[in-house]
Amino acid sequence: MSEIATSAAVRLVGITKAFGTKVVANKNVSLTINRGEILSVLGENGSGKTTLMNILSGIYYPDEGQIFVGGEEVSIASPRDALRLGIGMIHQHFKLVDVFTAAENIVLGIPPEEDGGRRLDMKAVARRVREICARYGFDIEPDQKVYEMTVSQKQTLEIVKVLYRGADILILDEPTAVLTPQETEKLFGVMREMKKDGCAVVIITHKLHEVLSISDRVAILRKGEYIGDVKTSEATELSLTEMMVGKKVALDIERPEPVNPSLRLSVKNLTVYGAEGVPALKDAAFDLYGGEILGIAGVSGCGSKELLEAIAGLQTPAEGSEVRFHPSDGSAGKEGVSLIGLTPRQIKELGVHLSFVPEDRLGMGLVGSMGMTGNMMLKSYEKGKSFFTDTQSPKKLAEDVKDDFGVVTPSLSTPVRRLSGGNVQKVLVGREIASAPEVLMTAYAVRGLDIGTSYQIYRLLNEQKKKGVAVLYVGEDLDVLVALCDRILVLCAGQITGIVDGREATKEGIGLLMTKLTDPMQAENENGAEEKGGEKA
Amino acid sequence: MTKTEPKVLKSRGEPLVHIAKRDSVSIGKKIFIRAAAILCAMILNAVFIVIVTKLNPFEVYARIFAASFSRPMLFMQLLRDLTSLLCIGVALAPAFKMRFWNIGAEGQVLMGGFATALCMIYLGGKIPTGLLFLAMIVTSVLAGAIWGLIPAFFKANWNTNETLFTLMMNYVAIQIVAYTVNILRGERASVGSINQAGWFPNIWGYNYTLNILIVAVLTVLMYIYLRSTKHGYEIAVVGESERTAKYAGINVKRVTMRTMLISGALCGLCGLILVAGDKHTLATNTAGGNGFTAIIVAWLAKFNTFYMALISFLLVFLEKGAREIASAYALNEYIAGIISGMILFFILGSEFFIQYRLVPRRRSDKADQNGKGEE
Repeated sequence: MSEIATSAAVRLVGITKAFGTKVVANKNVSLTINRGEILSVLGENGSGKTTLMNILSGIYYPDEGQIFVGGEEVSIASPRDALRLGIGMIHQHFKLVDVFTAAENIVLGIPPEEDGGRRLDMKAVARRVREICARYGFDIEPDQKVYEMTVSQKQTLEIVKVLYRGADILILDEPTAVLTPQETEKLFGVMREMKKDGCAVVIITHKLHEVLSISDRVAILRKGEYIGDVKTSEATELSLTEMMVGKKVALDIERPEPVNPSLRLSVKNLTVYGAEGVPALKDAAFDLYGGEILGIAGVSGCGSKELLEAIAGLQTPAEGSEVRFHPSDGSAGKEGVSLIGLTPRQIKELGVHLSFVPEDRLGMGLVGSMGMTGNMMLKSYEKGKSFFTDTQSPKKLAEDVKDDFGVVTPSLSTPVRRLSGGNVQKVLVGREIASAPEVLMTAYAVRGLDIGTSYQIYRLLNEQKKKGVAVLYVGEDLDVLVALCDRILVLCAGQITGIVDGREATKEGIGLLMTKLTDPMQAENENGAEEKGGEKA
Repeated sequence: MTKTEPKVLKSRGEPLVHIAKRDSVSIGKKIFIRAAAILCAMILNAVFIVIVTKLNPFEVYARIFAASFSRPMLFMQLLRDLTSLLCIGVALAPAFKMRFWNIGAEGQVLMGGFATALCMIYLGGKIPTGLLFLAMIVTSVLAGAIWGLIPAFFKANWNTNETLFTLMMNYVAIQIVAYTVNILRGERASVGSINQAGWFPNIWGYNYTLNILIVAVLTVLMYIYLRSTKHGYEIAVVGESERTAKYAGINVKRVTMRTMLISGALCGLCGLILVAGDKHTLATNTAGGNGFTAIIVAWLAKFNTFYMALISFLLVFLEKGAREIASAYALNEYIAGIISGMILFFILGSEFFIQYRLVPRRRSDKADQNGKGEE
């Protein structure tokens, strides 16, 4: 055991990989992965951590450098080569066939000669899958169809898939991004089991607290270069951030007290049906006040998308739904203005200043093929009577947004699709804030952004809050939610399972609500009990 | 866990060249790449010509060139055929920019020509020429617009597949025209030349000068329409993503129908130009396949109408050249087609090298060093 624990599984030496002439994703990176160890590869977006792991798993071929597996130099030209060497990667985006069963997905793509002969023996496959599951405590049924699985189960299936192929060097690319805290804990348990088994486990992440809780060693990349590695036991969040960003970063999120909050949006009985006639959102009811940040916690598919889109006029709610807007000047009286059944343009024409930063930035919020100027026009192009578009004011706005938010772009006409994720988001948020909203809705506003940009976004949201804007913040990082939001609304499978005070809520309590399908009252009680427990501890 | 042997796999399996995307290309380099492509095509063609036909390749090239440029009349014919193709490309531009797969231009053009021909036959000589032209314009534009709007209406309301729908509309149009032609021709083999009342006037010695002028104006107008009007902006957004369009408050249904109305109307106008300014007759092949060739033109030009003019020129020029050498040297027409096809292939292929570059294998010297080290 100890012999295994110390041996190097993989050694990368001087790996360089460039895309085009300007983008060098990896520059002379050397890294060792040991058996019986969990290694975190940490770095901001665009630091090259995924590229490096893609090279190891045969998706990219390095321009320069050598790879040693088990002490011998190898050439990995395809994922199949990688698997033959025992290297398996679990990608961030699942690569599963929905209508196939777990077992079918597992054997998909294995050449018959590598799987004991010509005939496909599904019974034998199922037996082996059960063996693997029993060994690590997975809850996967070989006969279950993928479309019936939860996100967490799908991820487990991806892990079983590479284990089935005999991988003992596992790479997990941001595996926790889609999981609740409880599911994350379970995954970490599995990873520790694998480590005990002598596997080499690599986890790519940018969540620092996860790095600290799961890994033995941290390797840090910055802008494609290898910065160094540290023992996790000797690292802190601050020291890791410093290595990752290259300078000191303040990691605290401000939460000013709301100043005389006034009702801005009241939602009652809001029900939205999904494509198959199943309610994606059921009887949602809440109030949103100016000067507060209301967080919405929920895993993907929980109904938050439908909620925001229904308010924005992009989804048609079921009959009996109520969404009323109460303008800050009180012009609409006590009743407010009903937004139900209105299109986005009608909502705007009513004088409702509603800004929406959707989850799908390039597929909904922006036009990827247009430059910043073209995108600034998106919501205002129809202003004026002229048949022609006005390009002067959007151009000026684009320049302002570029300066104010520090957007890095070669020119205002460079298609925004070519910008990095952070810059794309800055363009979108910049445009939405520039329209002086009264209600600002953001969905996963910091997803995929580096630390610096994320904190910039939090600051911007707080600025809007101080201006009296009602902010709706849908997020997946519970640490941020409990630090940033005044109140947190938890959605689970289309139902609101609780609205908790952000100053008193705990991550675990919210996590429980996120997976609770029982009645909200009970969930809230349990949540309360947990919170007390947390305080005592 | 059982493992296959972790030995060195295959050779040092690096491919000989990588394909890498270029960041940006200067105009000079673009011209250089395209010129190089044409040169390569001509060299390869020359080898082909010498081996297969035993002709002097320079003479063959001179002939191809002469087919369009040796006499003013030939050049004007080049322009006429070019504009027949370009006109449809311009008409298709807004639809394709909106990612509406309108492959029904053939039928829309045919319906425009059909309406024009009926006006010329039944009204020609009976009403003043000015009024006749007005009738021709209104009916042809209307016929094309209806042919374009029907699939758009179904797409907007019931999300039908516009590719199949527009394709089928072609056959409906062809059958209508075939039926009418059978009645009109009577005992004759074809409809024949329609009375001259509705012909475009002879300007500068050619009776298709007006074709060229109209299409030139349309090309410029469409460029402006797509580039700097609110309609053009909406078309671009809808084409990029319907969800973005809805998010921006654009009425996608209305834009879809309006754009196809315009696209169909312009196709109808192409039909008018073809019948009144060129063919002076009606047949099921009045559009002559240009409705499909124009799709290629529109796509290659990425919906920029000026590039469309260039591509139309290239296609027509090569086609004329091929026909010329086939008859001049009594070649099999397929050989002529191969020669012009090769040139086209190289020019289109050069687009790849404008977007990507090939990076040769870099590791060879390093691998050698390693090899020495191991020894």
